Amino acid sequence: MTGNRILDAKIPGGPLADMWDKHMIDSPLVAPGGNRRKRTVIVVGTGLAGGGAAATMGELGYNVLNFCIQDTPRRAHSVAAQGGINASKNYQNDGDSVYRLFYDTIKGGDYRSREANTYRLAQLSMGIIDQSVAMGVPFAREYGGTLANRSFGGVQVSRTFYARGQTGQQLLLGVYSALVRQIDAGTVKMFPRHEMLDLVVVDGKARGIIARELTTGEIKRYEADAVVLATGGYSPVFYLSTNAVNSNATAAWRAHRRGALFSNPCYTQIHPTAVPQMGDYQSKLTLMSESLRNDGRVWVPKAPGDKRRPNDIPESERDYYLERRYPAFGNLVPRDIAARAAKVECDKGKSAYYSDQSVYLDFSEAIGRLGKDVVGDRYGNLFDMYNEIIGDNPYETPMMIYPAPHYTMGGLWVDYNLQSTIEGLFVTGEANFSDHGANRLGASALMQGLADGYFVTPRVVANYLANADLVNTSTDAEEFKAVENDVRGHFQRLLNIKGDRTVRDIHWELGRTMWDKVGMARNGEGLKEAIGKIGKLREEFWQNLKLTGNENDLNKQLEQANRLGDYLELGELMARDALMREESCGGHFREEHKTEDGEAKRDDANFTFVSAWEYTGENQEPVMHKEPLVFDNVELKTRSYK
Amino acid sequence: MSDQSDKNGMTIHLKIWRQARGASQGNFVEYTVNNVLAEMSFLEMLDILNEDLVKKGDEAIEFDNDCREGICGTCGLVISGVAHGTHAGTTTCEVRMRNYSDGDTITVEPFRAKPFTIIKDLVVDRSSFDRIQAKGGFVSMNVGSAPDGNAVPVPKEAADNAMDAASCIGCGACVAACPNASASLFVSAKISQFSWLPQGDPERTRRALLMVEQMDAEGFGNCSNHGECEAVCPKEISIQNIARMRREFIKAAFKG
Repeated sequence: MTGNRILDAKIPGGPLADMWDKHMIDSPLVAPGGNRRKRTVIVVGTGLAGGGAAATMGELGYNVLNFCIQDTPRRAHSVAAQGGINASKNYQNDGDSVYRLFYDTIKGGDYRSREANTYRLAQLSMGIIDQSVAMGVPFAREYGGTLANRSFGGVQVSRTFYARGQTGQQLLLGVYSALVRQIDAGTVKMFPRHEMLDLVVVDGKARGIIARELTTGEIKRYEADAVVLATGGYSPVFYLSTNAVNSNATAAWRAHRRGALFSNPCYTQIHPTAVPQMGDYQSKLTLMSESLRNDGRVWVPKAPGDKRRPNDIPESERDYYLERRYPAFGNLVPRDIAARAAKVECDKGKSAYYSDQSVYLDFSEAIGRLGKDVVGDRYGNLFDMYNEIIGDNPYETPMMIYPAPHYTMGGLWVDYNLQSTIEGLFVTGEANFSDHGANRLGASALMQGLADGYFVTPRVVANYLANADLVNTSTDAEEFKAVENDVRGHFQRLLNIKGDRTVRDIHWELGRTMWDKVGMARNGEGLKEAIGKIGKLREEFWQNLKLTGNENDLNKQLEQANRLGDYLELGELMARDALMREESCGGHFREEHKTEDGEAKRDDANFTFVSAWEYTGENQEPVMHKEPLVFDNVELKTRSYK
Repeated sequence: MSDQSDKNGMTIHLKIWRQARGASQGNFVEYTVNNVLAEMSFLEMLDILNEDLVKKGDEAIEFDNDCREGICGTCGLVISGVAHGTHAGTTTCEVRMRNYSDGDTITVEPFRAKPFTIIKDLVVDRSSFDRIQAKGGFVSMNVGSAPDGNAVPVPKEAADNAMDAASCIGCGACVAACPNASASLFVSAKISQFSWLPQGDPERTRRALLMVEQMDAEGFGNCSNHGECEAVCPKEISIQNIARMRREFIKAAFKG
């Protein structure tokens, strides 16, 4: 159903390059000292976006309550990012600039992101590197002592900063170090092993959350002047993804149910280089960093059904299909293109011997050119990880890879101030939708996380607090009690089902439907089928779920069941969004909409907009509103990497 | 390597520590898991066991885990007496069943140490690590005041050494393996990281004194050079860091 709300992104206006500076000058401030201490901000999540914001607002003197589901903030899923972080420093003197990073990101996102947000991201990228270096993040260095860079997919400059294959870990530990400093100073109160289960809205404004202490099951109310959600994406809707097994969309989804619109849910990133799927016992897919494509060459056998071992297949019988199809970018095409190209070959029966969903990533040429030591220095930890999983040595035999759900570009709708459609509710990092359009370029998730965390959130929240007309409330208010009762009722409902199917069993089935019908390639018929199937599965879940243990205890089965209930709604919304979007763009590929050579075919005349879905109740059809996308600075072109 | 087609499942016998929340004692319970495949991870085997338990109406075994690719540091089991299992340089979640044989019996215990209280079954409280880091495991650099990233050159060797130390994932295996339950490897890795970098220099004295003081206050034991920590560390953090921490601490103590 289509609604008639036109969303206003509140873009400040004026030239793109001056917009953020001018906006900061125009924004009122909260005076240091007492005025800031009196202001309480809840931040949910301790990854780069959440932890960065909590620490920074603590430094500024606000009273911050920071929640995470992990046993310590240092384990947020940002920790798993491998390859690097982009910044337009132009240290390599290869023609980089803020504008080029902005342009690459807009183009990489297939012209479905908001210019103003993306430009700000490119501007702030430089300060992130400076800040992280100053905090002691051990980035890779050249012998002269300067910072090293490498290339990443979808760009022709070298702007990616890295710390071996553990860039996310090192940036997160930087955030964590700033955070624990503030915890010790008393400005940030940390709530580890706490899960946000609902949002409390008072007088139309976000004023608190209900959270469950995961070890005891205790459910409590928390009040604040503003709430920041930095809770990540929703890839585990596919069950098998590169995300951590506890990553979930519940906080964002519960906010959606309270009135925050959800944008572009169908924009999901299937990362081209993960270890192939192995069996139905599997719990996750392991990512092999995109940086491997700097030196690795992707190929399949030329003959369909050729199941010889890779080293037995002569050079003349190999098809380096990325180099063949995209000579300008070769193995470094963006993720959506590389992933889809692997599927195209596998669908033709050309795959690695391991399974019909696997292709080769070959380092023999790089080892010949650079030597084993240099290759080991760059990718050694990834090769070791691969060897542990598959039991094979990539120094000697080509790696095998296949695309896997990895990142979600969609998320809660936010304006330029990262404020959702609920006043006082800010959504940052992967949890929002705003910066990456229909496809995110590699090494840009860490960039967005820290741009939002260190720089944008503290400014926009201050702006809100200085202006906001907040009524007096407390956790004893009726609004808080009512939401807490809803949460308790939800848990009772789950525990009272007493059916036969485990959480994993139902989640696996949801995941297979999502992967088959709402995965790398979608079509109208399949999407309609998925909507029907997911609806039935949701019914099955609420009638036939089996749980053991109780709610007043550490009970991971119950935690996962609670999250799965939300995924069963979100999965359907993803399919509806994909069905509505009658075009192909970035990670959203509709088989009905492609060019003659099989590339994504956009429909700019009809689909240059952000979808923003409104929740209308359980098992009710959602309503879609729109934010038109206006491109004043970039000309919309057919994206080509040939 | 094992083919995907090779589906000869193993039978694995497990003795797993079960302890109710709030209980002061627990006990080993024996389980058997059939059709365990070589390419399964150790935790996937436990997932299968948990599925069986829930289907039978029993409570699942609680164990901490998250990324399942060896980087978050959440998981941590003592597998047949060795923290993270006998396979060097891996976390519990990276252990694959190809390291075991049909009919093997494996004991599974939590990381045991006085400061790591057991929350339930195999889940322990490692919040003491956060409190230690909060005393000095940082550079006091508020957002906004940083100079250009290339303003201060750092020799590649120093950066590499800092990175080696910074690889620590804070899992606590070093504590679990140490006969004295010392946290020296964990604490020294953080102190070392900053000691290699010019950015860490202004606070090196305070850092060494306060972090060591907090480590002692949390009830961790002293280091007596057994080296068990280095042997089990999934990130292969070197025991040389402990020597470096001692130098930092002694220098700091004299400056006082």
